[in-house]
Amino acid sequence: MRRIISLLLENESGALSRVIGLFAQRGYNIETLAVAPTDDETLSRLTLTTVATDEQSEQITKQLNKLVEVIKLVDLTDGEYVERELMLIKLRVNGLEQAEIKRTTDIFRGQIVDISPNSYTVQLVGTSEKLDAFIHAVAAFSVIEVVRSGVSGLSRGEKALSL
Amino acid sequence: MLSGADILVRSLQEENVDHVFGYPGGAVLHIYDALFKQNKIHHFLVRHEQAATHMADGYARATGRAGCVLVTSGPGATNAITGIATAYMDSIPMVVISGQVQSHLIGTDSFQETDMIGISRPIVKHSFMIKSATEIALAVKKAFYIATSGRPGPVVIDIPKDITNPADLVPYEYPKDLKLRSYTPATKGHPRQIKKAVSMMMTAERPMIYAGGGVIQGNGCEQLDELTRILGFPITNTLMGLGAYPATDKQFLGMLGMHGTLEANNAMHHCDVLIAIGARFDDRITNTVSKFCPQAKIIHVDVDPASISKTVMADIPIVGPVDWVLREMIEMVKQVIGKRTEEKAKALAAWWEQIDSWRSQNCLEVKVDSSGSVIKPQQVIQALYKLTHGDAVVTSDVGQHQMFAALYYPFDKPRKWINSGGLGTMGFGLPSAMGVQIAFPEEQVVCVTGEGSIQMNIQELSTCAQYGLPIKIINLNNRALGMVKQWQDMQYEGRHSHSYMESLPNFVALVEAYGHVGIQVTSPDELDLAMKKALALKDKLVFLDVLVDPEEHVYPMHVAPDGSMRDMWLSKGVRT
Repeated sequence: MRRIISLLLENESGALSRVIGLFAQRGYNIETLAVAPTDDETLSRLTLTTVATDEQSEQITKQLNKLVEVIKLVDLTDGEYVERELMLIKLRVNGLEQAEIKRTTDIFRGQIVDISPNSYTVQLVGTSEKLDAFIHAVAAFSVIEVVRSGVSGLSRGEKALSL
Repeated sequence: MLSGADILVRSLQEENVDHVFGYPGGAVLHIYDALFKQNKIHHFLVRHEQAATHMADGYARATGRAGCVLVTSGPGATNAITGIATAYMDSIPMVVISGQVQSHLIGTDSFQETDMIGISRPIVKHSFMIKSATEIALAVKKAFYIATSGRPGPVVIDIPKDITNPADLVPYEYPKDLKLRSYTPATKGHPRQIKKAVSMMMTAERPMIYAGGGVIQGNGCEQLDELTRILGFPITNTLMGLGAYPATDKQFLGMLGMHGTLEANNAMHHCDVLIAIGARFDDRITNTVSKFCPQAKIIHVDVDPASISKTVMADIPIVGPVDWVLREMIEMVKQVIGKRTEEKAKALAAWWEQIDSWRSQNCLEVKVDSSGSVIKPQQVIQALYKLTHGDAVVTSDVGQHQMFAALYYPFDKPRKWINSGGLGTMGFGLPSAMGVQIAFPEEQVVCVTGEGSIQMNIQELSTCAQYGLPIKIINLNNRALGMVKQWQDMQYEGRHSHSYMESLPNFVALVEAYGHVGIQVTSPDELDLAMKKALALKDKLVFLDVLVDPEEHVYPMHVAPDGSMRDMWLSKGVRT
């Protein structure tokens, strides 16, 4: 099952490599990864998605917790959560296709953030599923490149991952 | 105001480090100069950095204190890697200080540069890259705390040369307290879980205690002893746990696992309640996991939550320090043991009868050569046990000789049996014995090795000469990589691909060249006398080169693949 694991770690050089190294070393896979400092500059918040069985995911969280620089972590998929991912997708366009792409982008509540004579760059925010659906929807057009931020997420309600 | 080098040395003194094992080089010259100017810390110069880590490791296993290593950058650091990995796999507290090239050269592929933090990352509990001399004291404090607390392990501190420059002085104060928000090892167990475990123990009809190296590392042997005796349950120790419970006691069933005894492995397979303490269900224990202890409810005590339910699901997990948890257990057991039903007491008695019938098969009986010309390796260990009165500290390398030592030298006390269990590092035996001898100059320290393993760190005979370490080396010389050959006999139809040791040195001449005493033994009737002679030379390193039966296998041995714990080879061609 798909898991979204979110963790707070010391904002120190080398901390990220320990998290990534752990996954490589123990044969877990990382589907997406997003990391940046938080409002507290001594802390980084890291969100990763992985596909794991219940037993594997228990081991993953235990092993992550063992890393000295990991302060706290939560498996968001254990409860209710909000997830978002940002995608920029550059499409090759000719005159006839412009309207169609604009309409599809509107339906997905995306924005066209850059245009050139032969290309549109669309920005889209949503769940990973929604981004996948958009890629599917524009499959008939020529996709030049895609960049996705990786998933970020928070628990719903008052629950929080904080010190 | 002090230099980085002086701060490092002072900080080590603050941590009561009195022995450092190392090898100098460009990146650590400032540190070596600072060491030269003091006399609290004694430095031992090895001949290869791997040996420094194994010495620190042996020192740590024997004393329970962190071993300390100092190596230079590049090859110094990479040579230390095998020893760090060995310590990591066996949860041994160790602090390794590696020199690094100057800060401005990092990342430029400069001379003797290697990314030590990166290379060591998967095999350390934690590591520190020092960026300023002002960070050194706190890093040392943290390193020793992390290495020795919770589940212990090795910690690396990598220090660029410019940071130890004697010309650059910075303020120094050693931190008194330490609080790490991201590192809080368990200091006690959950009382409700312990209570549940005790209730389960009281319902057991075929209980079994399975105790590992964590009991020794966690200083819980006295408590384990008391608990086991109050309960009256059978107990087995892992390879790493030997000595945690007295091996000559009647409740002890011997070692378990791949080369465990018939009684220990059978009792594991048939038990209904398994009490695992400081053990991690390693693949060398369980054989096929899906067939492991099919009827057992499992209680698992470990200080490391990640060890619990990693390979075998625990019914009652208890995370906590072993001594604390066992103390609580003892108190609770004392209150309820008198109320154990007669039915359960009878079942336990029947269980012991069953165990005794397994035990009566005497699976470790040595079939002595009737012609009297061939020395069986087991006989050598038995002679060693007899002549040292079971009181020596025994280190070993890795292979058949390691298993013979584990099976035929019953250890009654912890920290007397020192071997590389997790990583299985050949070359560990001699340097770890050196570390033990340095920690305990008065102890009888014996290294049981083979002609393969000993040659992986034989250069340390020179270090032994320098520091006058009177270790006794028992070389079970079967002229082959015995364990490899055994597997090839059993699984590859006897095709001995590269398991011969051709061109063996004349070991007696070799050790004499280093200034030690060498004795070769070729027949069984010389064995006792030669060993007595070796042990009597109190102040000398003696190398006993014993030519043993090259055809001998280690038994019992688990049937693999797909076998359960009770599926064993008992001798050549004979299985359970």
